[in-house]
Amino acid sequence: MPLNTSVLLPEILLAVAGILLMLAIPVLPSRQQVRLGYAASLFLVAALVTALLQWGDHGPAFFGMVSMDALGGAARILFLVSSATVALISVSYLKRERLRHGEYFPLLLMATVGMSLMAVSADLIMTFLGLEILSISSYVLAGYRRGDPRSNESALKYFLLGAFSTAFMLYGIALLYGAAGSTKYAAIAEAAAQGQAGTATFLLGLGLLLVGFGFKAALAPLHVWTPDVYQGAPVPITAHLAVGSKAAVLITLLRLLHQVFPASADQWQVLLWIACAATMIIGNVAALIQTDVKRLLAYSSIAHAGYILLGVIANSPGGSQGVLFYLAAYSLMTLGAFAVVQVFARRDEQFTKLEDYRGIGYRHPLLSVSLTVFLLSLIGIPPTAGFYGKLFLFSAAVEADLVALVILAVLASAVGLYYYLQIIVLMFMKEAATPPEPVPIPLAARIVIIIMAAGTLYLGVYPAQVLSIAGEAAGL
Amino acid sequence: MPMAAYHLSLLLLIPAIGAVVVCLLPSERDRLLKWTAFIASLATFLWSAVLFRNFDNQAGSFQMVEQADWFRAAGFQVQYFLGLDGISLLLVLLTTVLIPLALLSSWNLKDRLKLYLASILLLEVGILGVFLALDLILFYVFWEVSLIPMYFLIGIWGSQRRIYAAVKFFIYTMAGSLLMLAGIVILYFLLGTGNFDLVEMIGILKRGEAVLSPGVETLLFGLFFVAFAVKVPVFPLHTWLPDAHTEAPTAASVILAGVLLKMGAYGLLRFCLPLFPSASVQLAPTVCVLALIGIIYGALVAMVQPDLKRLVAYSSVSHLGFVVLGIFSFNFQSMEGAAYQMLNHGVSTGALFLLVGILYERRHTRRVDEFGGLAHSMPRYSACFFVVLLGSIGLPGLGGFVGEFLILQGTFLTNVPAAAVAVCGVVLSAAYMLWMYQRVFLGRVEKEANRRLPDLSFREGAMLIPAIALSLWMGIGSGAFLRTMDTSIQQLVDRLNQDQHEQVVRSDAP
Repeated sequence: MPLNTSVLLPEILLAVAGILLMLAIPVLPSRQQVRLGYAASLFLVAALVTALLQWGDHGPAFFGMVSMDALGGAARILFLVSSATVALISVSYLKRERLRHGEYFPLLLMATVGMSLMAVSADLIMTFLGLEILSISSYVLAGYRRGDPRSNESALKYFLLGAFSTAFMLYGIALLYGAAGSTKYAAIAEAAAQGQAGTATFLLGLGLLLVGFGFKAALAPLHVWTPDVYQGAPVPITAHLAVGSKAAVLITLLRLLHQVFPASADQWQVLLWIACAATMIIGNVAALIQTDVKRLLAYSSIAHAGYILLGVIANSPGGSQGVLFYLAAYSLMTLGAFAVVQVFARRDEQFTKLEDYRGIGYRHPLLSVSLTVFLLSLIGIPPTAGFYGKLFLFSAAVEADLVALVILAVLASAVGLYYYLQIIVLMFMKEAATPPEPVPIPLAARIVIIIMAAGTLYLGVYPAQVLSIAGEAAGL
Repeated sequence: MPMAAYHLSLLLLIPAIGAVVVCLLPSERDRLLKWTAFIASLATFLWSAVLFRNFDNQAGSFQMVEQADWFRAAGFQVQYFLGLDGISLLLVLLTTVLIPLALLSSWNLKDRLKLYLASILLLEVGILGVFLALDLILFYVFWEVSLIPMYFLIGIWGSQRRIYAAVKFFIYTMAGSLLMLAGIVILYFLLGTGNFDLVEMIGILKRGEAVLSPGVETLLFGLFFVAFAVKVPVFPLHTWLPDAHTEAPTAASVILAGVLLKMGAYGLLRFCLPLFPSASVQLAPTVCVLALIGIIYGALVAMVQPDLKRLVAYSSVSHLGFVVLGIFSFNFQSMEGAAYQMLNHGVSTGALFLLVGILYERRHTRRVDEFGGLAHSMPRYSACFFVVLLGSIGLPGLGGFVGEFLILQGTFLTNVPAAAVAVCGVVLSAAYMLWMYQRVFLGRVEKEANRRLPDLSFREGAMLIPAIALSLWMGIGSGAFLRTMDTSIQQLVDRLNQDQHEQVVRSDAP
């Protein structure tokens, strides 16, 4: 098998860029450090363009450690869009919070490389490496507001629990290696098909692997870390955790379950069925009583991971298509919502309470109207992306005879209506106690918000293009 | 015929363009904004009147059909599929008549006028879309599109408890519609049509190319029924209605009671019955009992309401109970009566809300005991109120009589006890309305504030006269309206009978 480096060109570009930026930190005078952020955004966009140009360029690389296919190609475009957005809203954030630009962006680039490697991996070792690159970068980024105890708590909690779950995963990989004699996806699938699937070692390995992934994707009952970590992390990093990182874990999980463990579908479907139901219910119910918008969005992202599981459990190309489309829609609306939260929070993240949004509807039309679009999309109301996301997921699940789970999802999202509406109510239907202060909206953030809102509406009106890309990636 | 091909799109486009123009105009120009919105709604009405003239009463199927792919990807085909039949045509007309009147009723509004007018026009687009759409996804999109402006109308411009009412309205409706969405998806896979074309789906079921097992059919019926029952509203899902109607601003109450409730009943006629005839027949007794409870309960609660708007709101629960009873009695008279009662209720209850709104503008209260003897200070107003009230309680010669009579007549043929109970509802409705009239308008003027109330202004007259004229026309010239619906209703009855017939055949077989 050849090295075939060209397949991973965008990832290599990002890794090199990350190292270059790191080298630039001591050289660049402190006033010029802002440029690192723009350079990182530029590199991400360049990687995105490369990835788009390479669409359809498939095949194994790095001696079979990775294998590029349509799913990996689509996934990496999603991650690059997410990271570029995060980078763009980070620049003004770091400036406002007077944080060092230095290590932030190289870490973000590395995290992106990790996400891509996970999604295209063809070997459990590679998957694990990708996950670790992503996780370790994210631990540091979550604690980037060193002066703020909440941020420290966030990083420490994330690190300790993350390390714990990684151990589970590694143990699982070891057991699978024991059962199959290899860590290659293809070899494991082969061994499973030849009868290993039923052995205790194999099942235990799969179970431990699922625990690790369940933790990273914040599936109930392994979600408990999420609200604290999301609340304490800097807003752009919360967006990164909720969107890019979560999407990477879910797509990898999807690939593993559908390509490596189809022989054990009966077992993992049962486990995920329970996790899916619990995630949807807990996410939506717990979000009802939140008073902090970051915490609320954290629970909301838990709930949405639950909906996405519907498509994973469906175990069909239609299900994968639904998952990918939903992830695209979810990324647009969640990134947009976090961009608004970032701008609105102002210095020291003072304004992240729900009450702070009271009466801003007419004072800050761009923020309030776009946030309304994102929230309506999270609810799943047409004509927004979230509606078609739900439609495609639900229909894949119905096709796979998961009617009970679909009805549960419907009821859970009905509960979810309340907390999303609550924000709209506060913005438009209540008067502010004190006249709201002006909120400066930096240009980059303004562009991000407008693009995300336009994208959310576009997918809600004409989902065909993205749907067919998702279908292609799902092997439909 | 390129022109003819876009008849219905134009109907949706006029208010949509109106909404966009209103958004683009400067917000200080109050008068310009109001006139733009009003003219847009009037133009919509005129265009719908043209459609009414061009409509062919005899043709059985949908008319002025527009059908094109909206998108088709990865196994999904969603169509832009519009069409009119007799039932939807009249509901379209009802909508386009009530929207200009609703706009007139809020002529004095100053607060965030632009957003208000744009919401009403957008709402009109959503409602008209619901009545025109023949693709299930398109229908669902319009159904939801009509929800958001109404939510804002209640939540922003409503009275004291507006937020509670708005959120309750939204959650009830949305929870119902999400269940319907699940139903749509399940139906889509069971029928295997590859698209969401309602006509094709009904065709497949009718020809027996796909058969739903009784359990599945009942489940699907339930999923659709809940969504529509919330909107109608059918007891016990009605509790959002009194809050929403009472707290909403006058124009929104008019549209809510006048048209939005009809979306539910329309959904039953258009989707539930033809798609799931056996489940409909099977569950009809239960639904009829709920409808009867609604009729009696609504009337009794209306009787003791101290708030005028709440009284009218509960009267809607009662009146819509008649509509549901008529629909689920499954014969030609009762269903035609139900459709007719929908129209009449739209006109008369819409007008009642307009009237209460006028009073509220003058006195800033809606409590019955704050008034008394208004007939002395506002004679013209009192006269208008009385005529509308008589239309609502079903006096012969006015619209309400025809609908209620047909419903009762039809119900009597199939279900005598139900008809007997329903008749009590008619009596009760006369009782609570007349008692209210007596307390508000008759007797001596007790309160000083009521002594010098200005009578109807020109604008107020202009919005009441069309409603009263329509009520009279519907009472005397009911034939014109009934003829429009005959063919469509007959087809629906045939569809239900075909199914009953098949059931008989099936049960006869060994």
